[in-house]
Amino acid sequence: MWLNQERSTDILFLFGYTADIISTVEFNHSGELLATGDKGGRVVIFQQEQENKTQTHSRGEYNVYSTFQSHEPEFDYLKSLEIEEKINKIRWLPQKNAAQFLLSTNDKTIKLWKISERDKRPEGYNLKEEDGRYRDPTTVTTLRVPVFRPMDLMVEASPRRIFANAHTYHINSISINSDYETYLSADDLRINLWHLEITDRSFNIVDIKPANMEELTEVITAAEFHPNSCNTFVYSSSKGTIRLCDMRASALCDRHSKLFEEPEDPSNRSFFSEIISSISDVKFSHSGRYMMTRDYLSVKIWDLNMENRPVETYQVHEYLRSKLCSLYENDCIFDKFECCWNGSDSVVMTGSYNNFFRMFDRNTKRDITLEASRENNKPRTVLKPRKVCASGKRKKDEISVDSLDFNKKILHTAWHPKENIIAVATTNNLYIFQDKVN
Amino acid sequence: RSGGSGGGVDTQEKEGILPERAEEAKLKAKYPSLGQKPGGSDFLMKRLQKGQKYFDSGDYNMAKAKMKNKQLPSAGPDKNSVTGDHIPTPQDLPQRKSSLVTSKLAG
Repeated sequence: MWLNQERSTDILFLFGYTADIISTVEFNHSGELLATGDKGGRVVIFQQEQENKTQTHSRGEYNVYSTFQSHEPEFDYLKSLEIEEKINKIRWLPQKNAAQFLLSTNDKTIKLWKISERDKRPEGYNLKEEDGRYRDPTTVTTLRVPVFRPMDLMVEASPRRIFANAHTYHINSISINSDYETYLSADDLRINLWHLEITDRSFNIVDIKPANMEELTEVITAAEFHPNSCNTFVYSSSKGTIRLCDMRASALCDRHSKLFEEPEDPSNRSFFSEIISSISDVKFSHSGRYMMTRDYLSVKIWDLNMENRPVETYQVHEYLRSKLCSLYENDCIFDKFECCWNGSDSVVMTGSYNNFFRMFDRNTKRDITLEASRENNKPRTVLKPRKVCASGKRKKDEISVDSLDFNKKILHTAWHPKENIIAVATTNNLYIFQDKVN
Repeated sequence: RSGGSGGGVDTQEKEGILPERAEEAKLKAKYPSLGQKPGGSDFLMKRLQKGQKYFDSGDYNMAKAKMKNKQLPSAGPDKNSVTGDHIPTPQDLPQRKSSLVTSKLAG
């Protein structure tokens, strides 16, 4: 439905929100809430409006629901280092009661936040005035029963757990287990397992730090629990490998159960090979049968039953291969792009430069490039597909590789778990798109 | 060549390496002292330290102590010198380049 037409798409621009530099975007399990984290340590949560039966044009829009300061900048006195407050990842817990819970993390500390609504307040106390002042007991002549009366909705966020001091290196991933009791946190060299109730202890389950740091050859870049098997998780590396580990095998999962790696022709190796093979994101499909990895130039889909090569490979921006020298000089070659699945695992999405993002339909094998920008999009207008001209004669409406703005990068994208609604973060703006509902 | 899974991998790969090798030659021409492989422990160590900002707790605490002893308020914090005269806030701190990290382009 997204990728049917060549001239235009069925994708509407819904909503834009300007913020500090956005560093993470995540829908909750129902899709009703969308959380963003930013470089200033703030979390902003958007809520989808309830569907209006008379408004058939679109599903509900997203409005700001709650904003709170999750992390503050800190100092590590021992190492004379600043600890950035930037939120690296947010992960939602499934909803168990009226409140919502999410985990947010910066480089060093993970926090469990409870977000709850208050829409009633007690009124009619005997010993207190409505504004809180105490009444003189001698003036009380009658007794009344306090009642709850409706009030304007207040959304409160409170930190319920703080999981600190378990990571020497920078945390790059958190992932909640399907048992909904434990979660993992991964930094460059180690992965720890936590219980959501226990903050003073965590178990180290992966440690790739060599005894001698001179022997360091790779770092952990991302990690995720399997969506259904609570004993299984994967972690990706800077060398382009993914290791699947089974926690039943041993307490320390340094030995992988499976190693996913695409063989490379040694004659093809260049100075850039290892850098561009570094995996910046790994995501299981909702089904749990596949996982997707993002390296600098491509997205790969792996079947968990086949370790020796991916089953599908999609080129995100192959035209950058002839620009690697300058991309190395301006550090863009180290940009960490994320990727995501749609709810039915039929389409995958990832970001690129020039505020472009790409979608690949796994069934039809068609793909599309779209742009997230305010100049080109008024609310409820349909997006126009974009095309980059790699070389040769540039057609009308095409953009040449040399005109691409490498400062405008889309690193974070998220797809609603059930509907065709996507959230795309440019540097400072959050965009929400949905497909046209006819 | 846009999207789609890699059918005809061999031809694609062969076409692909030529631009990559050309880019490598460009880089080596600009920076002759560049090592053969970008991997290796030095490179990764730099990755591990990337983005870390140093702050001097000694200066920070001395500034705090001085502020307590001062009779008159200072004229106003000089944002460029963060030592001694006022209590720095995280926002004031300049991003000091780590002395342990050498440029990735150096030999």
